Amino acid sequence: MALEVQIEKKLPGFALQAAFTAGNAPLSILGPSGAGKTMLLRCIAGIIRPDSGRIALDGQVFFDSTRGIRMPARERGLGLLFQHYALFPHRTVAENIAFGLRHLAPAERAARVEDLVQRTHVSGLEQRLPHELSGGEQQRVALARALAIEPKALLLDEPLSALDTHLRSQVEALLQETFASYQRPTLLVTHNIEEAYRLGEQLLVLSHGCIAAFGSKEEIFCHPPTREVAQLTGCKNFSRVRMISGNAIEALDWSCRLQVSHSISRPPACVGIRAHHIGFVGSSGAAPPQENIFPCWLVRSSETPFRMTLYLRLNQSSTDSSEFHLQAEVFKEKWNTFRDRPQPWHVHLTPDSLFLMPE
Amino acid sequence: MPVLDWSPIWISLATSVVATLFTLVAGLAAAAWRERRSGPAMALVDGLFLLPLVLPPTVVGFFLLLLFGRNGPLGKLLLHFGATVVFSWPATVIAAAVVSFPLMYLTARAALEQVDPHFLQAARTLGASEWRVFREVALPLAWPGVLAGTILSFARALGEFGATLMLAGNIPGKTATIPIAIYFAVEADDVRSALAWCFIDVMISLVLLAGLYYWTHKQGPARARWARS
Repeated sequence: MALEVQIEKKLPGFALQAAFTAGNAPLSILGPSGAGKTMLLRCIAGIIRPDSGRIALDGQVFFDSTRGIRMPARERGLGLLFQHYALFPHRTVAENIAFGLRHLAPAERAARVEDLVQRTHVSGLEQRLPHELSGGEQQRVALARALAIEPKALLLDEPLSALDTHLRSQVEALLQETFASYQRPTLLVTHNIEEAYRLGEQLLVLSHGCIAAFGSKEEIFCHPPTREVAQLTGCKNFSRVRMISGNAIEALDWSCRLQVSHSISRPPACVGIRAHHIGFVGSSGAAPPQENIFPCWLVRSSETPFRMTLYLRLNQSSTDSSEFHLQAEVFKEKWNTFRDRPQPWHVHLTPDSLFLMPE
Repeated sequence: MPVLDWSPIWISLATSVVATLFTLVAGLAAAAWRERRSGPAMALVDGLFLLPLVLPPTVVGFFLLLLFGRNGPLGKLLLHFGATVVFSWPATVIAAAVVSFPLMYLTARAALEQVDPHFLQAARTLGASEWRVFREVALPLAWPGVLAGTILSFARALGEFGATLMLAGNIPGKTATIPIAIYFAVEADDVRSALAWCFIDVMISLVLLAGLYYWTHKQGPARARWARS
């Protein structure tokens, strides 16, 4: 099973251009708002018509501009989930789920609805109207309704964004459950980095209508190909670099010299490190590392329930709170081990967690 | 005192009911058809559909007379089948339907536009034909607005005078509706009959409008009825 997509769509001030093939592994489509994620999904679903290109699932052509093929949405047999559920407000839960099952005999239809109600954990709600349900219940019913037609692929458009945090994890668990048993192409659009990582195996990063990265999620998170992808996957620290030798660089914006783990073939333009990869010397029992240790001063900090974000300046202190080099993130437990020590502290930028990028 | 001829009531009601049925179907169809289209040509279509609302009814009636008259294109066609429309009861229906059409068209379009397009898209991805999307999703969700349009159209059809007089004339017991009966009663100095008809007309309109007001307040607008909690 494979979903092949190669499309172009132009709007005033925006152009979407995407080509990729999705197999049965769930694919997360990550990008900031306005990147064209939803438009991409709607083109596949048949709600928006691309200007040109081709969309095919297992050889069945949904759209082909050169051959003039434009299969309407109703014939594509795809399951689409909306951010705001889009349950028919005048129909009960059971009627919503059964909407796509009109071709079945009543008994068979009822059995299918019952099965879906069980699978999506909404038993007992069959006779309710959508507005009588919580957001999480509504999205579960919407999933049941989409699965009812035994879709050839699942398309999920920000399915968790409208939900409160505590409901979100329940629905996310259901999605994970569903993805595990549903062995067909699954595309999940999201702007949430962690959601994209947890729910997808493959990752597609979309930016300004273009594919910025596409591949396994581990590979993209560990070795982002460009600064943009690093940024979109949550990297906070960047510096321009100058090459010194095969395994050493000078980070111009951080004013320090760094050892890197593998020898450099092409001169990089930029180095980055994720906020939670920045280590603090002496905060763990391990022997102090040898390279890439720099004295640092705390410029300011910000607190979340379990973590601290520390804004650090290397090599000299500063009173200007906007003059920081690095943004580090540590768990509070670790923060408590060194917060009262006199400054400067010492940060450790592990060569393995530094990534070099061409731009 | 002349005995009041009750026929205008039945003529008026029959005319309005039949005209409203035509208007409902035509207005809904036009609104649904128009909703899927855009472009400069559609402005012209909108203008054409709304023309009967702004033109003096006598102008509409005169055009209808030209259209359905002996030498008019539709009149000639109907004559082939041995039918004449002008100065017959169907003429009152045609006049009332044409004049009330814009109200139905406007309210139906507004109501259909209010329907969240996600519902329609969801229905399509679930395999529903365009007809089923319209009948089972768009129409039920737009229904309060459509019903309000129907009542407004009925009220407008009931009050129709100018176009009806032009096309159907004043034939007592056949084409004389309440408004026409009032006009000719006044002209004939029969003030008592005119007053009686006016009173009846006021009562019918009042009941209709009060009913509409009560109903829309009880139900609320389409969105509020199924509002997310």
